[in-house]
Amino acid sequence: MVKRKLVQICTALLYNGNFAGFTDGNIWNGSSKNICLPGLNCYSCPGALGACPLGSLQSSLSGVFLRIPFYVLGFILFFALIFARLICGWGCLFGLVQELLYKIPTPKLQRNRFTYLLSYLKYFIALIFLLLLPLAFYHFTGSGVPAFCKFICPAGTLEAALPLAFFKPQIRELLGQLFIWKLTLLCLTVLTAIFIYRPFCRFICPLGAIYGLFNKISLFGMKVNAVKCINCDRCMEHCKMDCRHVGDSECIACGECRKVCPVKAISLGKKF
Amino acid sequence: MKITRILILLSAAAMLTYGICNREYLAVWRKAATICLECIGIG
Repeated sequence: MVKRKLVQICTALLYNGNFAGFTDGNIWNGSSKNICLPGLNCYSCPGALGACPLGSLQSSLSGVFLRIPFYVLGFILFFALIFARLICGWGCLFGLVQELLYKIPTPKLQRNRFTYLLSYLKYFIALIFLLLLPLAFYHFTGSGVPAFCKFICPAGTLEAALPLAFFKPQIRELLGQLFIWKLTLLCLTVLTAIFIYRPFCRFICPLGAIYGLFNKISLFGMKVNAVKCINCDRCMEHCKMDCRHVGDSECIACGECRKVCPVKAISLGKKF
Repeated sequence: MKITRILILLSAAAMLTYGICNREYLAVWRKAATICLECIGIG
């Protein structure tokens, strides 16, 4: 799994290649910012070279003019068709942060019936915070709000709010109760990630929910050789996500199941 | 499965093309190139 860690680190560096931003606190405003990145990565991070797909999706439903974001949806569909949740496992900085936190040696809470149920929460969050709340704000106040970014996203707090507050005193002065709420959520996420494997990805992330819908038809991902498989279920015993089967909507293609398969029936690669 | 994939690929390509023709990338750039107040917990 060193290879996966290496890919995760490389994509994190690629997403956030504006290293000068981490020294002066100025965000990148080059033309690459009109391209959506595959993974969750706040575009207000001083290092970010591209746009966050979730933020871009919500920005079309915020403000006084609503529009269907064809351009952003096109990117998301494209990434979903090719990689789906493989992006979560191999190309998400916030996922990497949670995995590193999980390495801290403490007692761990394994997946159970409750975490299975909780894994459906991200679909409700996606529906409510990406669609219903922005539309409700628009209906009642005349201006939509990027509700997930504003009220939940701990990646934005970690990657953007903290570095910007550190570098820019004028931003520090403006931080109020909303920031305290988001900082609390970030602290909760960090604490939980020490004891539970990737809690944000499993229970909260709307991008993971969207990509998960495409896991079965994506071009790349985990696949099982049905002829070789002896149904021993060791793959599911070792899975840290809330998968019922290899490659289902919860699978992030981390490859843990592949390592323990006694007959080498599981592989990662193209599915076409 | 193959047909579904082709349909999704065509839909993605159509959406991207329509978005580019409508200059939606400028809206994405405008949002991404300025500090997002909501993301950092101000706005």
